[in-house]
Amino acid sequence: MIKHLITLPILLPMLTGLLLLLPQLRHNVRYQRVTASLGNLASLIACVYLLIAVQDGIIAYALGDWKAPFGIVLYGDGLSALLVCLSCLLGFCVHLYACAGDDQRGPFFHPLFMFQIMGINGAFLTGDIFNLFVFFEILLIASYSLMVHGGGKAKIQANVHYVFLNLIGSALFLFALGTLYGATGTLNMADMAQRVALLDAEQQLIAKAGALLLLAVFGLKAAMVPVHFWLPKTYASATAPVAALFAIMTKVGLYSIWRVHGAIFGDYAGELANVAQPWLWPIGLATIALGVIAALASQSLRTLISNLVIVSVGTLLITIYIHQLDATRAGVYYLIHSTLSCAAMFLLAGVFVSLRGKAEDRLVSAKPMPRAGLLGSLFALLAIALIGMPPLSGFVGKALILQSIQQPELQLWAWSAILIGGLAALIGLSRAGTTLFWNTSGDHPEASTIHPLQITAILLLVISLPLMVVFGGVLTELSDTAAQHLHRALEVETLLEVSQW
Amino acid sequence: MEAVFAACVGFMSACGIFLMLRGHTFTLVIGLTLLSYAVNLFLFASGGLKIGAPDVLGASNDYADPLPQALVLTAIVIGFAMTAFAVILAMRGRSDSGNDHVDGKEPNLEWKEPR
Repeated sequence: MIKHLITLPILLPMLTGLLLLLPQLRHNVRYQRVTASLGNLASLIACVYLLIAVQDGIIAYALGDWKAPFGIVLYGDGLSALLVCLSCLLGFCVHLYACAGDDQRGPFFHPLFMFQIMGINGAFLTGDIFNLFVFFEILLIASYSLMVHGGGKAKIQANVHYVFLNLIGSALFLFALGTLYGATGTLNMADMAQRVALLDAEQQLIAKAGALLLLAVFGLKAAMVPVHFWLPKTYASATAPVAALFAIMTKVGLYSIWRVHGAIFGDYAGELANVAQPWLWPIGLATIALGVIAALASQSLRTLISNLVIVSVGTLLITIYIHQLDATRAGVYYLIHSTLSCAAMFLLAGVFVSLRGKAEDRLVSAKPMPRAGLLGSLFALLAIALIGMPPLSGFVGKALILQSIQQPELQLWAWSAILIGGLAALIGLSRAGTTLFWNTSGDHPEASTIHPLQITAILLLVISLPLMVVFGGVLTELSDTAAQHLHRALEVETLLEVSQW
Repeated sequence: MEAVFAACVGFMSACGIFLMLRGHTFTLVIGLTLLSYAVNLFLFASGGLKIGAPDVLGASNDYADPLPQALVLTAIVIGFAMTAFAVILAMRGRSDSGNDHVDGKEPNLEWKEPR
C-alpha cells in the first residue's frame, strides 16, 4: 500500500470526479456534496500520510513499472508532498464553503472541482516534464469551466482573456519541451538535470532557449510581471470558492520554476547553471512594485486581494532568486501562509458580496452588514495575516524571508520591496475595512443571512494561520525537509538513485 | 529537408502569431490553430528527422525516435479539446457583447482634434 501511496493524491480526486458524473449522483445535490466532501477528506488523509512517508526519503514511483528515464515517474519529495497537502486542505475548506449554495449556480461544479484538484496534485507530484504539461492542461481546462461557473457577462469576458492567454502559454510550453527534448533527449526531470551539464556548446544554446521559454510559460501561470495582467480581472470576477481555489494556481507556476530552474538548471547544470537567475531578480522586484501600485488603486476588495496575490508572487520570486537553503525554507513557509490567507480572504469577500446587495464588494458606502462583529473580526485577523503583522503566520513568513537574505547588496532592495509590500497591504486593507464596515448608510441590515457552512469554512482557514505559528517548529521542520530535498535533488548521486529505482 | 521543414514551422508560427495579435476572437482562434499545427510539427521534429526509418527497435539499425510521435499525439488531442472550448467561449462572448473583440467592445481609435 505504502508503495502506491503516492498515486492516491491524483487517483482519489479523479475517481471521485468520475463517480460524481454517474446519473444517480449527478441528479442529487445532497449525495453530490457528501461524496465530493468525502473524496476531498480522503485525499487530504492520503496526502498527510504521503507527507509523513517522504520525511524518511524521496519516493519515486514508476507508473506501470516502466523504468525511468523512459517511463513516467511520480516523484514525491518534501516539497511536493507538503504542497499536495496544502492543495487538499484548501480544496476541502473551499468545497465546504461552496456547499453552502455556490455549487448550485451552474452545472457540474463538483466534478470540475475534483478534476482541478487532481490536476494541481498531479502537477506537484510528477517527475516528468511532459507529464507536467499534461497535468497543467487538466488543471487549466477544469479552471476554464470553473471560472465561468455562475455565468454572467463579466465572467465570460474575463474568461476570454484567461483562456486565450493560457492557450498561447500551452503552445509555448510545447515549443519549450520540444526544444529541451531535442537538446537533451530526455523528458525525465532527474535525467535531464544530469544531461544538461554534459551538453556541448551548440546544444547548450538550444537548451538555454528552451529553459527561458519555460520561464516565460511558468511566469504566465504564476502571474509575474510583465505577464500578470490577466490575474486581477480573472480572480475578481470568479465565484468566491473558485477564486479561493485559484489562490493555489499561481503557486503551481512558482513550484514549477523551483523545480525546473532551481533543480534542473540549478547550481550543478555546468555552463547552464542558474540560467534564469538574472531574470528572476528584476522581475521579482517589478512584480512587487506593480502589485503594490495596483493594490493601492483597487476599487473593490476582490481586486485588492488579487493584487496582494501578485505582491506575494513577487516576494516568492525573490526567494527563488536567492536560492539558498534558508531562503527556500522561508519561501515554502510563506507560500503556505499566503495561499491559505488569500483563499480565506476571497471566501470572506464572497460573503460580503452576498450581503451588500448591489454594492457587492466595491469600496463604496452601502447598507450595514448583519453580524458585522463576527465578519469584522475575521476580516481583521486575515488582514493582520496578509499584512504580515505579529502574531500571525504572515509575520513569521516575512521575518524568515528577510532573515534569509544575507548579501548586503540584495538586502537593500529586497527588504525595502518586501516591507513596502506589507505597507501597501496595510493601507489597502485598512481602507477596505473602514469602508466596508464603517462607511454605512441607512440602518436596515439586508435580510440575507450567512450560511453556517460558509463561516465554518472561513474559520477553518483562519484558524490554520495561528496554528501555523503555534506549530511553527513542526512546519519549519517540514519546510526544511522540503528545501533540503529540493536542493539535494541537484546532486547527481541522488538523481542516479532515483532514475535507477 | 531540415531547411524546408524549419521554414514551414517558422512560417506557420509567424502567421499564427500575426493573427493572434489581432484583437478579435475569430482571428485569435485561427491564429491559435495555426500555432498549434506549428507546435505539432516542431515536436515531431524534436527527435530528429528521418525518412523511411521504422520506429520499432530491432527492425532496422537506423530507427526513428518513437517518443516525439507519442508527444505529438497527446498534444494534438489536448490542442483539439482546447480549441473546441475556445471556439464555444468565443461564440458565447460574441453573443453576450454583440461583437467579437476580445475586450467585449471595439476600441475607439478615431483621432479627436484637440480643442
